[in-house]
Amino acid sequence: MRHILSTLIENEAGALSRVTGLFSARGYNIDSLTVQATEDPTMSRMTIVTHGSDDIIEQITKQLNKLVEVVKVIDLNEAEHIERELMLIKVRATGKEREEMKRMADIFRGRIIDVTEKTYTIELTGPGEKLDAFIKALDASAILETVRTGASGIGRGERILKI
Amino acid sequence: MFNYETGIEPMEISGAEIVVRCLAEEGVEFVFGYPGGAVLEIYDAIFKQNAFKHVLVRHEQAAAHAADAYSRSSKKVGVCLITSGPGATNALTGIATAYMDSIPMVVISGQVGTAGIGLDAFQEVDMVGCSRPIVKHNFLVKDVRDLAVTIKKAFHIASTGRPGPVVIDIPKDVTINKAEFSYPASIAIRSYNPPTKGHPGQIKKAAQLIGEAKRPLIYVGGGAVQGNASEEVTELVKLLNVPCTNTLMGLGALDGTDSHFLGMPGMHGTFEANLAMQYCDVLVAIGARFDDRVISVPNHFLSQPKRIIHIDVDPSSIAKRVKVDVPIVGDVKHVLTDMIAVLKETGIRPHAEGLTDWWKQVEAWRAPKCLDYAQSEEKIKPQYVMQKLWEVTNGEAIVTSDVGQHQMWTAQYYKFRRPRQWINSGGLGTMGFGLPAAIGAQLANPDAQVACITGDGSIQMNIQELSTAKQYHTPVKIILLNNRYLGMVRQWQEFFYGNRYSETYLEALPNFEKLAEAYGHIAIRVEKPQDVEAALREAFITHKERCVLLNFITDEGENVFPMVQNGKGLNQMDLPPHMSGMQQSPNENNRDYGNLC
Repeated sequence: MRHILSTLIENEAGALSRVTGLFSARGYNIDSLTVQATEDPTMSRMTIVTHGSDDIIEQITKQLNKLVEVVKVIDLNEAEHIERELMLIKVRATGKEREEMKRMADIFRGRIIDVTEKTYTIELTGPGEKLDAFIKALDASAILETVRTGASGIGRGERILKI
Repeated sequence: MFNYETGIEPMEISGAEIVVRCLAEEGVEFVFGYPGGAVLEIYDAIFKQNAFKHVLVRHEQAAAHAADAYSRSSKKVGVCLITSGPGATNALTGIATAYMDSIPMVVISGQVGTAGIGLDAFQEVDMVGCSRPIVKHNFLVKDVRDLAVTIKKAFHIASTGRPGPVVIDIPKDVTINKAEFSYPASIAIRSYNPPTKGHPGQIKKAAQLIGEAKRPLIYVGGGAVQGNASEEVTELVKLLNVPCTNTLMGLGALDGTDSHFLGMPGMHGTFEANLAMQYCDVLVAIGARFDDRVISVPNHFLSQPKRIIHIDVDPSSIAKRVKVDVPIVGDVKHVLTDMIAVLKETGIRPHAEGLTDWWKQVEAWRAPKCLDYAQSEEKIKPQYVMQKLWEVTNGEAIVTSDVGQHQMWTAQYYKFRRPRQWINSGGLGTMGFGLPAAIGAQLANPDAQVACITGDGSIQMNIQELSTAKQYHTPVKIILLNNRYLGMVRQWQEFFYGNRYSETYLEALPNFEKLAEAYGHIAIRVEKPQDVEAALREAFITHKERCVLLNFITDEGENVFPMVQNGKGLNQMDLPPHMSGMQQSPNENNRDYGNLC
């Protein structure tokens, strides 16, 4: 099963490699990983999307907690949560397709953030499935380039991950 | 910075001097190391101080092993100092050895100057990267002002929680640059808070479960040794009158001569310990990790219904290989103290009648004496050497070992009486560990008898340390069980590979006596069983103050029994000849054991 692990980790050189090294050394999966410093610049927030049985997820959580630089780990799947991912997608936009691309972007609440005579670059935010759906909805040959951030997640309501 | 109020210019000292001052502040007694370009400044600072002694090994791997064994035999943090590049990579095997056995160690490695990092400088290796998977934590110190606090953190992290090695990589310019020195008295790391006390609710649950037990077993691992919980283990075992098995790493946590002690469990565990592990109904695991060499296949181990209490300071050790019923995260010493208090207060004890029957069963398993072997008039049996060693040293020697058959025979036949008496590479299984470990242990315990049990394969993996033993006058006794084979591999080849002894016969062995003598030591060659005891007495008594190599020419065909083959269950042992075909289950006339498998 897919899990989203939210991790607070010291914003120190090498901290990221400890996390990725742990996953590769123990044979765990990383579907995506995002990381950036928080409002407190000494702390980073990492969102790791992984999958595995409950036993594996329990071990991943424990192993992450064991890393000296990890301050806290929560499994967002344990309660209501929100996840968002950002995609930048460059598409061919010529002739009839140009209007169609604009419409598609609107339908998916994407924004065109760069325009040339032949292309649009669309910014799209949402849960991963929405980005997948957008890609699916387009003619594959029209897609020139995609770049996705991987999911960032946060608990709903009063649930807060903080030290 | 100039202080205008006092008019004193604060003293700034070099990074190298800071390193030395920090080690002195930590009360370090010995630093095991080997100099080189990147650590020249530190070695110069060492030259000018006398707070601690430096021990010059002959290979960086040995520095790590000696520091490791110093720690294992003394409860203190081992310290090792090596240069960059090959010095650092040579130490990696020793660091991994310490990591697998959770040994507190601080490794200081030199690094090329910060300006050279990443430029493939001479003797540059990414030590932080190389060591990352085999350390508890590591640091690269880029600013001399961070040095003291980093060293403080390293000692703190290495020695608390589940202990482990910590590497501090120090670029050369950081050892030259100057900073004010102040060593923090204590340190708090917000992201690192190892557990101490166990959850009282869980401890109560554990006590209740013990109260329901008819066939209880206490299973003690290296965590009880590293956690200094031997007294508590002993008290618990005696309070409950429950049989107890100690893993390879846990030997000595309960006195090996105690009547509750069943011997070691696992691949080369005793008949009684393995069957008790398989058929117990409540298992109390203390600082043990259900390792593959102990329980073999988890599914088979759990096929016999049992409920498990698991006490460990490292939550990730719990439910890693087997699911448990009552997990207790905490320092084993604290948890056991609290558990004993609860048991005493409530008077909870295992089911009396059940326990009586269980002991009868355990005694029945003990009766055939699985460690008996056929004595020979002609050939020296390695087991016999171990038994005689125990007698000659009154069971009191600190014993280190290398890895292989000799290690298992030591574990089986030398009945360790106290914790930290038995020093071996259990997790990583590092050949070449024994001799440098013996030197480290002897330096930590100058008055103790120290024996290094080794084989003709293992000893050659760090034999250069005979030179270190000479330089520091460590009177270790090297018990070489010389069977001309890589015995453990040979045994597997005999059992599983149709006697095809691929590359396990050691042709062209050196003349070990001459070799030891060349290094300035005493050597004794022993070829006959009747000479074994006298030779040991000569080594330990006549040459008490000297390093002696005893070359025992042993029976080359001897195998380690019992043996649980890979993939088999604990009740599917290969037994020694005198027990072949013996039933590996409870007696039928005994009480109901549920679904016997």
